[in-house]
Amino acid sequence: MSAAVGQSLPHESARLHVQGQARYLDDLAAPAGCLHGAFGLAGIAHGRILRLDLAAVRAAPGVVAVLTADDIPAHNDCGPIIHDDPILADGLVQFMAQPIFLVVARSHDAARRAARLAVIEYEPLPPLVDIPAAQAADSTLMPPVALRRGDADTALACAPHRLQGAMQLGGQEHFYLESQIALASPREQDGLHVLSSTQHPSEMQQLIAHMLGWSSHQISVECRRMGGAFGGKESQSAQVACAAALAAWKTGQAVKLRLDRDDDMQITGKRHDFSYAWEAGFDEAGRLHGLAITMASRCGFSTDLSGPVNDRAIFHLDNCYYLDALAVRSLRLRTHTVSNTAFRGFGGPQGIFAIEYILDDIARFLGLDPLAVREANFYGEPGSETRTTTHYGMPVQDNVAPALVAQLARDCDYHARRAAIAAFNAQSPVLKRGLALTPVKFGISFTATHYNQAGAQVCVYADGSALVTHGGTEMGQGLYTKIAQIVAQELGLPLDRVRLSATDTSRVPNTSATAASSGTDLNGQAALAAARKIRKRLAEFFLLRHGLKPTSAESGARAPRPEFADGAVRAGEVSEPFASLVAAAYRARIQLWDSGFYATPKIHYDAGSLHGRPFFYFAYGACCAEVVIDTLTGESRVLRADILHDAGKSINPALDIGQIEGGFIQGMGWLTMEELVFRADGRLMTHAPSTYKIPAASDCPPILNVRLFENANAEPSIHRSKAVGEPPLMHGFAVFFALRDACSAALGHTAPLQAPATPEAILRAIGGLA
Amino acid sequence: MPIDFNDPLRPIRFWFRGEIRSVTAVSPTRSVLQWLREDEAATGTKEGCGEGDCGACTVVIGSRDDSAPEGLRLEAVNSCIQFLPTLDGKALFTIEDLARDGELHPLQQAMVDAHASQCGFCTPGIVMSLWADHENRRQAPSRAELCEALSGNLCRCTGYRPILDAAEAAWRTPCGKLARAPIRAALEDLAAEPSLHYSHDKAVFHAPRSLEALAALRLARPDARLLAGSTDVGLWVNKQLKELPELIYLGAVDELKHLHFSEEWLEIGAAVTLSDAFAALTRLDPGWQELGLRFASRPVRNAGTLGGNVANGSPIGDSMPGLIACRARVVLQQGPTTRELPLEDFYLGYQKTALQSGEFIRALRIPRYLGKPGETRMFRSWKVSKRQDQDISAVCAAFALCFDDIGQIQGARIALGGMAPTPRRALQAERALHGQVFDLRAVELAMAALEADFQPIDDLRASAAYRMQVARNLLRRLWMEYQNQQWLRIDEVSA
Repeated sequence: MSAAVGQSLPHESARLHVQGQARYLDDLAAPAGCLHGAFGLAGIAHGRILRLDLAAVRAAPGVVAVLTADDIPAHNDCGPIIHDDPILADGLVQFMAQPIFLVVARSHDAARRAARLAVIEYEPLPPLVDIPAAQAADSTLMPPVALRRGDADTALACAPHRLQGAMQLGGQEHFYLESQIALASPREQDGLHVLSSTQHPSEMQQLIAHMLGWSSHQISVECRRMGGAFGGKESQSAQVACAAALAAWKTGQAVKLRLDRDDDMQITGKRHDFSYAWEAGFDEAGRLHGLAITMASRCGFSTDLSGPVNDRAIFHLDNCYYLDALAVRSLRLRTHTVSNTAFRGFGGPQGIFAIEYILDDIARFLGLDPLAVREANFYGEPGSETRTTTHYGMPVQDNVAPALVAQLARDCDYHARRAAIAAFNAQSPVLKRGLALTPVKFGISFTATHYNQAGAQVCVYADGSALVTHGGTEMGQGLYTKIAQIVAQELGLPLDRVRLSATDTSRVPNTSATAASSGTDLNGQAALAAARKIRKRLAEFFLLRHGLKPTSAESGARAPRPEFADGAVRAGEVSEPFASLVAAAYRARIQLWDSGFYATPKIHYDAGSLHGRPFFYFAYGACCAEVVIDTLTGESRVLRADILHDAGKSINPALDIGQIEGGFIQGMGWLTMEELVFRADGRLMTHAPSTYKIPAASDCPPILNVRLFENANAEPSIHRSKAVGEPPLMHGFAVFFALRDACSAALGHTAPLQAPATPEAILRAIGGLA
Repeated sequence: MPIDFNDPLRPIRFWFRGEIRSVTAVSPTRSVLQWLREDEAATGTKEGCGEGDCGACTVVIGSRDDSAPEGLRLEAVNSCIQFLPTLDGKALFTIEDLARDGELHPLQQAMVDAHASQCGFCTPGIVMSLWADHENRRQAPSRAELCEALSGNLCRCTGYRPILDAAEAAWRTPCGKLARAPIRAALEDLAAEPSLHYSHDKAVFHAPRSLEALAALRLARPDARLLAGSTDVGLWVNKQLKELPELIYLGAVDELKHLHFSEEWLEIGAAVTLSDAFAALTRLDPGWQELGLRFASRPVRNAGTLGGNVANGSPIGDSMPGLIACRARVVLQQGPTTRELPLEDFYLGYQKTALQSGEFIRALRIPRYLGKPGETRMFRSWKVSKRQDQDISAVCAAFALCFDDIGQIQGARIALGGMAPTPRRALQAERALHGQVFDLRAVELAMAALEADFQPIDDLRASAAYRMQVARNLLRRLWMEYQNQQWLRIDEVSA
């Protein structure tokens, strides 16, 4: 079969995964003499370094070098946008466990042992650890951002009902199974080759060059696969990549830096936690007339990606709902904690959480089913005259939320089950069940418009086999599989004739991060463009070679269009195996490789006014979850979840369903059991899987129905598919609001449940804690 | 047999890749994972956390056990916290052992077919956990049993549904099982060798084979560290980077691995694994079953021992509340002398026990409940934590109430973990119940009495207020169960 696109093919590495043969960076044979690094970490959250005595570190067995900020030749910075991210702390400690020095030793173990021998004296300064502390101290990292539409004050004043509230939403650790790692090897003529587990090889290349004062062409960065990333290896891979590169440059030897799990969790940034205060005006149906909201986020000690993360929170405050008069204030707070960063959804989930919470509150205030209030606030469907423009000025032209939600509510029997649950709760004093159906609309494109470009290279070798390189990275999402499907289909080849090579900045330059769910959208188009050029040349050659090309004398006659399918090229009765055509084309000196480039059309956006069309299109979905809580302990279970998700015309339904389920469980974990606990002195107390709990197998709902919504993308995306990496994370909201439903049943009125809804949070929300 | 320090040092010897492998020149605290990845270049087994909590490093250990099929017991364990010398006399299987000549094991094929891997980093560990489970069952497991088999494996990508589907599908494919007999025979040869005294770079590892040898060694080397399942000691090395110059391993002492049911009690040897110990305790009283499934994860229960959990003395050790409630006694041995203590008297303070220099835990004795005519007993042991599986308790509570023929409580033993510096009895609450009919008034008095029994602390797992409230509410739940109320447990309901 060569019609590869649209098929549920297994992940290209699946056979390797199950045999332990997929090679991750730490599995590769290390170069001879490879040294190993380990960071020395700060023991306070905020303060000046008065004395840094590294004598014992240097004297420790196996130590080859100990590097500090003074060893960095050009810029001690690995910040992706703003240059405020020291690779090694220089005089000032800004969070607990901030790397201060790097030990380079003959073994990983020797480096780790030596790193603990430093004697450091500090002048401690008071740390600001959480949002309330930062707000009280007016500690902002970036100026507040405001977005207004209409006159929110008047709308609030005139609305039939008003309600105000406040809530908190916790952060989240990525917990990629493969911790951060890089291996840097010196090359001749002041060059470096860096293997990095990163979503953003080009940025690693640029930041290493920036650190060393080099040009980009001296450095190549390569990544075949990551053992998970979820946004945590977009900018957060840079410190490790830069440190390994610095050590390789200083020692002249290959250096591998692999973070121990506890170090990784203490050093790297996480999902931003948020705090909200709001006031809403609405009518009897729960339809919003006006909304004023302040959203404050803990950004940590440096800027990192906090600007665009918080912008995306503003953009997604509407979710599927038309917000008429609106005043948003977004606070980006500086704290003495890790620098919070990209994480699947990139601020979008934090915006959506707010509006879902508000609508839930409104429904409970009015005594309406929350689903009815959600439906009352939907954007107009395509063709509507009104309620079709977002608060940032983008028309919503592809709104399928009403239809999708209606279909899911029908399919999962929402209304009958709600009645059954009410009946159960009336008879069950200890256990309470809850139900919620939440939709999602998620904007697809990088809000930084210039990131929406991609390149790829397709090489057809003289034997007819094809090798594809593109700018995207594989973190498990199946990008390489989808790209192989796209190229195989374009060239009419069986999938095993198309191979993907590692992502490498020396093959495809100036790549964007594989992020914002855009991997397939961007790189798929670029690979398609490259394959199409080759196909065009081969088609011409085929016609010539078989005498099918009309001569000029026959002008007016139409040349047949050769078909590329099933490993052959054919036009009418004439057919030739692809490999033999390619062999002949090679001998005829036809170019058999090419590059492709793609830039997303239509998008534009003014960062100053937060207005424009930042997104090419929207992806939609909805989830209905049913839960049960134990009012004695606060423990809970998800009993059933039904998801209907819009992946456009899916390139690979099995991979898309994998993203949807995985995103849902990850979102559920974030909102339930995953709790980041920082001590008052700034120490992260949940820095390992023993203390930070992500969902386990038994947390997967026993009934989990996931289906794709039939909906070809209205925009000309790659094969009319839709991006699917981030949007399903928001399906976890159904679990949270079902828990809140159960809590409210237990309490008898609206339960002030906060996220994450740990057993303790649930017990507190139902008034069960003194 | 007295310890002979002149015993020749010999290599660590174990079955690996179809033959007996001899290993020397590695530190006694080198983990099985480090040895595989760094010395053998067998990189299929991954490091995810280095503390036995994520399962990426799961391997399967084979050991001699006459009660197992063909005399070989197969168990999944975390290789990141197993020291290499503990493999001596055993068999090691890794992900590389499953496929034959490029043909995938049906479990592996089912994983591919079900799209059960995404990033793939956790996949080898998951396959090994499922393989051990598959080898040890005759009939297809339920979904809940599969979740339990995977309780020690984290996957951050898939959400588990396809993994569970794959595991179910594998049972629908005919599949050959491991030929255990030849491996058992090879291990028999290893058992005939002298016990292991292994040394490298001044660090020493002793694996005595008899109680007598252990007792002598313990007396002679009171500062050596006793090592059982290494599910905690492994972390000292991996995370605290502790040096352990001398280790005495309990896992080769057969007498410590005995389970003995007598008329009066169940005796559990100190080196009996948590898996076996909870199975035996559940035979004694079904009230143990729930805790047995929620204690850590299956790989940790396969490696960790009941004696280790008790000796460790952590305030959040999950076995102790139940053992204390059941009047368990700890049997201590020092040289040839043994003594017995009620378990609650074993704990003197935070991580401080009554163990004396040169002394070790030999066994735990749990009295059988031999009620008088007309008397009944109710025993429950419950754990409350953020996550169902593989989590550390916020509160772990055990209740053993005896009722006479008119329903009066004649003896209440209540013990809690997570509430004090040691697992401890709730004496005031017990007193409040004694002699009472178990009614709402009695339970409320007992709940109030808990406030006098404990002053719990705030930490990352829970606040003091939550701990106290949950402890009180578990008493209420006990009463509700006594009343036969329905819908008390979230596991009872389904959508």
